[in-house]
Amino acid sequence: MNAYLTAAMFTITGFAFIASTLLISRILRPSAPNPDKLETYECGPLPVGDAWRQFNLHYYLFALVFVVFDVEAAFLYPWAVAFKLEGPYAVAEMLIFVALLLAGWAYAWKRGALEWE
Amino acid sequence: MVIPNFSIGPLHLLDVLPYVAIVTILGVILLLTPFLVWYERVALALIQDRLGPNRVGPRGLLQAFADGIKLFLKEDIRPSAIDATIYYAAPVLMMIPALAACAVLPVADLRIDMGGGRIEAIPFVVGNVNIGILYLLGLTSLQVYGIVLAGWASNNKYSLMGGLRSSAQTISYELSMTMAVLTGVLISGSTNMVEIVRSQAGTVADWNIAKFLPLGFIATVVYLIAMVAETNRAPFDLPEAESELVAGFHTEYSSMKFAMFFMCEYASMLVISGVATALWFGGWNSPHPALNFVPGFVWFILKVVAFVMVYVWVRATLPRLRYDALMALGWKRLLPIALAALVLTATWDAVRTPADKKSGWPVIEAPHDADKPVARASNAR
Amino acid sequence: MQGNSIGFWILAALCIAAAVQVVANRNPVRSALALVGVMCCLSVFYFAQGAEFVGAVQVIVYAGAIMVLFLFVIMLLNLGAPNPMMDRVGLSKPVALLASAVLLGSLAFAGALKIAPGRAVKSPVSGTVQQIGYALFDPGRPWLFAFELTSVLLLVGVVGAVVLAQRRSD
Repeated sequence: MNAYLTAAMFTITGFAFIASTLLISRILRPSAPNPDKLETYECGPLPVGDAWRQFNLHYYLFALVFVVFDVEAAFLYPWAVAFKLEGPYAVAEMLIFVALLLAGWAYAWKRGALEWE
Repeated sequence: MVIPNFSIGPLHLLDVLPYVAIVTILGVILLLTPFLVWYERVALALIQDRLGPNRVGPRGLLQAFADGIKLFLKEDIRPSAIDATIYYAAPVLMMIPALAACAVLPVADLRIDMGGGRIEAIPFVVGNVNIGILYLLGLTSLQVYGIVLAGWASNNKYSLMGGLRSSAQTISYELSMTMAVLTGVLISGSTNMVEIVRSQAGTVADWNIAKFLPLGFIATVVYLIAMVAETNRAPFDLPEAESELVAGFHTEYSSMKFAMFFMCEYASMLVISGVATALWFGGWNSPHPALNFVPGFVWFILKVVAFVMVYVWVRATLPRLRYDALMALGWKRLLPIALAALVLTATWDAVRTPADKKSGWPVIEAPHDADKPVARASNAR
Repeated sequence: MQGNSIGFWILAALCIAAAVQVVANRNPVRSALALVGVMCCLSVFYFAQGAEFVGAVQVIVYAGAIMVLFLFVIMLLNLGAPNPMMDRVGLSKPVALLASAVLLGSLAFAGALKIAPGRAVKSPVSGTVQQIGYALFDPGRPWLFAFELTSVLLLVGVVGAVVLAQRRSD
C-alpha cells in the first residue's frame, strides 16, 4: 500500500466529513436575513467604507525576508539528512552558507527592518 | 504485546491496517475536540478560582456537545459586504491542512507475529511517508491562507487586521520552528516520522530532547514556543485579541463556519503536540525499559495530553504579548538561537563521530550507489 | 497503472482549470488563490513521479512563502477591491495573443519533431532527501559551487528588500 495514497485517502475522508457537516447544518438551520443583521459588525457604529484599503508596508518586508530564509531551510533538509555520511566537509559547506545568510539577517536588523512600528 | 497476523476471510491484518488507522485517527481527532474544549474550560476555571461548566451532564462534561449542537442549528449570517467565494472557502482551507497533517503522526509500533516466530514492528500510522516532517511543515505553511483570506473576505477592518497580524506572526515563527525541527531531523538522521521515533527507543536519555545537551533541549524549547505561536494560542493570540479586535479574523463568521475555525484550533493543537511528542519526547517509547509493558499508543496519548495541559496552563498564566514584542521575539531571539543550535549540533556531531564511521573526505566516487542506506516506507510491503 | 493514469487526468484537469482561473479571474486575490491551487497540483505531480523532496519544497517555498508574498503585495496595493483594474485596451492584448501563439506553435513543433522526450526519462538521481543531499554536498560533484552561490543570491535578496523598503518609508 502506497503511503501517499493512504494519506490522500485520509484527507479525502476528512474533507467529506467537513463537507457533510456543513451541508447538514445548511438543511437544518433557520434562515431569516434582514439588512441590519447582514451589516458588517464593527462594534455597533456603521462601518465607514470597506476594509479593502492599503495597510502597513512592514508586513510585506517581513514576508520578503521570510521567503529568503524559507529557501535557505529548503537547502538545509537534504543537508541535515546527508551530512552524517559526508562528514565534516558538509558541515563546513553549510557553515559558509549559513554565515552568509546571517550576514544578511544582521544587516536587516541593523537597518531596522526587523523593527515593528 | 505481540499481535498474531490473522486474517478474516480475504482480509489480512496488514492490508486492513492503514484503513483501521484512517478511521481511528480521524475519529479520535474529531471526537476528542469537544472533550478538549471541556477540559480547557474546567482547567481555566480551576486556575482562575471559579466553577466553570457544571450544569450539562456529569461535571459539565456534555457542555461542549450542547455548544456543538447549538452551533449546528444556528442561523448562518452572511454579511452583505463580503467576497462570498473566498468567505466560504476560508474555513475549509483552514481545516483541510489541519486534518491532513494527522496522516503522518506515528501513534504506535505494533509488534506483529508474522508466523514462524518472526516478529516484525509495523508502525500504526495512516501514511508512513518518507518525508513526513516536510509533509507536516508544508501543510503548516498552507494554514496561513485560511486565516488571512478569512480576514480579507469578511471586509471588516478588525478581521483584516487580525488576518494580517496572524499571517505575519505565523510566517515569522514558522522559520524558528523549521530550524528547531531541522535540529531534530539532524539528531535522528531521518525525515521519516516513524524512523525519528524509532531512533529514540530506550530510556529518557535517548529522547531527542536529552541528546547533545544542552542543544537538544534548547531546540525543544524553541519548538515549544514556536508551536504555541503557530496555533495562535495565548499568549500569542493576537489575531483574535478580543480586547482590541472583537474576535479578529472570525468576527463575521457564524454557525458551522465558526465551528470549523474553532475545531481547527483544537485539531492543530493536537497535531502539533503529536509532532512535538514524536520529534523530541520519544513518541510511543516508554521513559524506561521497566515500563515497556504499557502499550506504545498509551505513552503517545499520555504525552500528547500532557502537551495540551501545558497549552492550557500557559494560556491561564501568561499575558498576551504586544505585537512588536512578538515580532522581536520571533526574529531577534528565537531565529538566531534555533540556527545556532542547529549549526552547533552539526559541528558537535561531526567532531564526535569516530573517523571509521565517516566515509572520509573528499568523496570522489558517485554517492548514489547501493552502499548508502536509503530509508524506505516500511508499510510498502 | 490504470489507477495512476486516471489520477493523472483528474489532477491535470484540476491543474489546468486552476491555471485558467489565474489568468481569467478579474479579482486578483482569487487569482492568487488559484495559483496556490496550481502549485499544489504540481507538487502532487512531483510526488507521483517519485520526486518527494521537490514536491514538498514546491509546497513549502512556492505555496507557503512566495504566494503569501504575492497576496501581501495584492493587498498592499489594494488591488483586491471589488472594482478591479479596468481592461487596458492597447498593445497588451495582441502582444499576449502573439506570444501564446508562438509558444503553442513551438510546443506543437517540438512534439511533431519529437525534440521533447515523449515519455518519462529515468533520472540519474532519485528524489529522496538523502540522495539529493549526497549529490548536493559531495565535493566530488559540480553542484557544490552553485549551492554556495545560492547563498550569495539570497543575501542579495535580503539586502535588496531592506534597501527598497527603507527608501519607501523615508
